[in-house]
Amino acid sequence: MARIVAGVGCSHVPAIGVAMDTKITDQPYWQPVFKGFEFSRKWMAEEKPDVVFLVYNDHCTAFDASVIPTFALGCAATFTPADEGWGPRPVPVVHNHQKMASHIAQSLVLDEFDITIMNEMEVDHGLTVPLSVMYGDKTPEDDWGVQVIPLAVNVVQYPAPTGNRCYNLGKAIRKAVESYPEDLKVMIFGTGGMSHQLQYKRAGLINPEFDTMFLDKLTSDPVGLSKMPHVDYLREAGSEGVEMVMWHVMRGALDDEVVEVHRHYHVPASNTAVGHIILENKDYHDSRGKVAAE
Amino acid sequence: MQKDYEDIPGTFVFDADRSREGYHLNQFCISLRLQKNREAFNADEEAYLDGFPMTPEQRDAVLKRDWNRLLELGGNIYYTSKLAANDGINFQNLAGLMTGMGVEAYREMMLAGGRSPEGNRYKSEWEDK
Repeated sequence: MARIVAGVGCSHVPAIGVAMDTKITDQPYWQPVFKGFEFSRKWMAEEKPDVVFLVYNDHCTAFDASVIPTFALGCAATFTPADEGWGPRPVPVVHNHQKMASHIAQSLVLDEFDITIMNEMEVDHGLTVPLSVMYGDKTPEDDWGVQVIPLAVNVVQYPAPTGNRCYNLGKAIRKAVESYPEDLKVMIFGTGGMSHQLQYKRAGLINPEFDTMFLDKLTSDPVGLSKMPHVDYLREAGSEGVEMVMWHVMRGALDDEVVEVHRHYHVPASNTAVGHIILENKDYHDSRGKVAAE
Repeated sequence: MQKDYEDIPGTFVFDADRSREGYHLNQFCISLRLQKNREAFNADEEAYLDGFPMTPEQRDAVLKRDWNRLLELGGNIYYTSKLAANDGINFQNLAGLMTGMGVEAYREMMLAGGRSPEGNRYKSEWEDK
């Protein structure tokens, strides 16, 4: 059967993609951002998942204001990087594991998560930046080297789904993956955040204490963390910090017990606090006898 | 519906009320994500805007690039950023304009760790300033 072995939490700041695409990652401003992904790229190269289930949000790119699905699952064969107003990112087309995506869609609906099915969808920086930071530089002619099942979550129009709903959706995704007969190694990414506010007079808000608490509780108290009301994100982590609810989908899909093998936190990337964490299911971690970093 | 987020200063929460008000404005903005539409808009802004039934105030704010006014009239940052991108303004420089700090001072603030939540959680904390 297929199984989820690990989860990745990761910011998806568009400027990080621009920095990679324009090859300025060795500038002093960007060096510390990318330093924190060196471990992650090695880890990905060693782990080689067959499929990444990637939870992200569209930033008014593939979805305009006419249709706003709370959860939209990508079931197309491929997803093309979108023009977000400054030209499409020069990165590979994203290939789905289409059969598994359809299986998950069916399983979720029967499990009473009434998701939207996307048979045509372009993807924006919310999806491609996490792939870029985890897999490194790629050209449009390359392959990402992994199949990706995208789940787009509405976090633009209030209210985003609750943290609790996201956490429980993660559990249902895990159940769906584990009922897929093929022997596949799956990872789940929760992306977005961390603290940031892009708009109006309070723009630039950054809250390292909040972000650190959030990263800590992913391991120590994920259920408690998932109960946090939206107003706390909006007030404490900025109006766009509410993206962090998507990390709960990732956490819910993992075992109750996880091992944090890597963490990275840096301010700033453009307007945003960059946060990144790698959590391995404890049983999987122990079975490999790998020593946790720090 | 009660709005428990209305007491946060310097912030718009893009809820259903704002979304309704800003619908045509936001649909105009997102149309600019395509090159052919950017070209048509840049060739004749007034004519292009005729295709979107927004209010005169919204239209005026677009033409004047009054970034905060666009938000006050129901625009959402992910939409208005498409208009900014068309003008060659990225998210960080747009924030520099919206905060009234200017691009350089805003960039410096971010490099120094950003805007602290201290004193920025409640509208009442801003009234004393």
